[in-house]
Amino acid sequence: MQTFDYKAATSLEEALALLGEHGDDAELIAGGTSLLIMMQQGLVQPKVVIGLSGVKELRGIRRTADGGLVYGATTTHRELETSPEAFAYDAQLPKALGVIATIRIRNQATVGGNLVHADPAQDPPPVLIALDGTVDLVKAGGKSRTLPVEEFFLDYFECALAEGEMLRSGNIPPMPAGSKLLYKKFLPRTEDDFATVSVAVRLGVDADKTCKDIRVGLGSLGTTPLRGKKVEQALKGQKLTPALIKDAAALVRDEVDPLDDVRGSAKYKREMARVWTERTIAALAGFQTAGAVR
Amino acid sequence: MSVHTISFTLNGKKVTHTVGPEKLMADVLRDELGLTGTKIGCSIGVCGACSIHVDGKLVSGCLMPAIFVDGKTVTTIEGLEGPDGKLTKLQEAFITCGGFQCGICTSGQIMAATALLAENPKPNKEEIKSWMMGNLCRCTGYYKIIDSIEEAAGIRNANV
Repeated sequence: MQTFDYKAATSLEEALALLGEHGDDAELIAGGTSLLIMMQQGLVQPKVVIGLSGVKELRGIRRTADGGLVYGATTTHRELETSPEAFAYDAQLPKALGVIATIRIRNQATVGGNLVHADPAQDPPPVLIALDGTVDLVKAGGKSRTLPVEEFFLDYFECALAEGEMLRSGNIPPMPAGSKLLYKKFLPRTEDDFATVSVAVRLGVDADKTCKDIRVGLGSLGTTPLRGKKVEQALKGQKLTPALIKDAAALVRDEVDPLDDVRGSAKYKREMARVWTERTIAALAGFQTAGAVR
Repeated sequence: MSVHTISFTLNGKKVTHTVGPEKLMADVLRDELGLTGTKIGCSIGVCGACSIHVDGKLVSGCLMPAIFVDGKTVTTIEGLEGPDGKLTKLQEAFITCGGFQCGICTSGQIMAATALLAENPKPNKEEIKSWMMGNLCRCTGYYKIIDSIEEAAGIRNANV
């Protein structure tokens, strides 16, 4: 890895000032698990690296008055996974976070770092999309904007951060009453690998199984994490049946644009997107499907 | 380019060291501080051979810039034994249960399992497998690694 100047920021203001000063020559580092690999491979060659571990404003996890959840950008995955706040938000949230890489990496990698890395095969984005999450972006001078997580990803390893802008925190709105979350990571190997495809669903149904809330997040199925809007539209307001879920899940094939890689052909991933969308929604709706939902 | 003087506690002793920001903990331990018990396998955080503890947390030494441990407490495989050289219960269990073959992954396996037992002294088999998933053994000696951890936890044969 080529060397660089390291500057440890001690406040958000200082980090933004350094970012403004060094522009394209600079990279921010939090846990470093993604950036260091990119640097070792020469894919990113910053002249200046700005350390965020001393920036208190980027840390912390808290519930909002309305029952939502806010996490600072440099919160590690393990901190969020094991936090009482995440468990109280929804018991499935720590489970979804618990399949990211390994405990060792979750101790180092941060939730904000994972998002700005914009790798379409990561686990948190589909979960945060299903939960209607947003991210808070901030510039020098305190000017900030909020984006839905689904709009934060622009292309393969490319996010919506403008020059001089950084991700300050993420917000997840309260879970709608009666809604449940389920994240399914499909992969033929152990969970520390990247998903072949992954599906996150937030679903709320009435006593007669009428769908009152549905959001679908998809991972490893395109150049960015995706939202399955067609599936949502086909099911929202409908009385769910296994046949209806199966038909709706088939619509996901036209919404995804997976890449051929070592984890499967694009054709295979497209088909697995359908299968796992169906199984995840059916499991949340209380229906049995042909295949087991692990 | 910048050079940094860092101070940290390494296996119970205060250490002051000067490093460039690109230096990774696994390399600094091995090449500059003479602690070769920490191994380097994949260098990308996957294999677990470089597992160390920083402030008690299990991390990959190959993805940890040395400057990140400034002011912190680092424990490596060399720091587990007592001052008299007495091995930990877990290290003894790896010997009695045959928890290693070629040995390259063993330091990492023991550091990972030490962190597991510190957080969860009586893990069930699924918890052991889930926790240890990030430590690969090219000899595929996984059953005996699990046996060793269960032996150290005093739950061998209790987990079915």
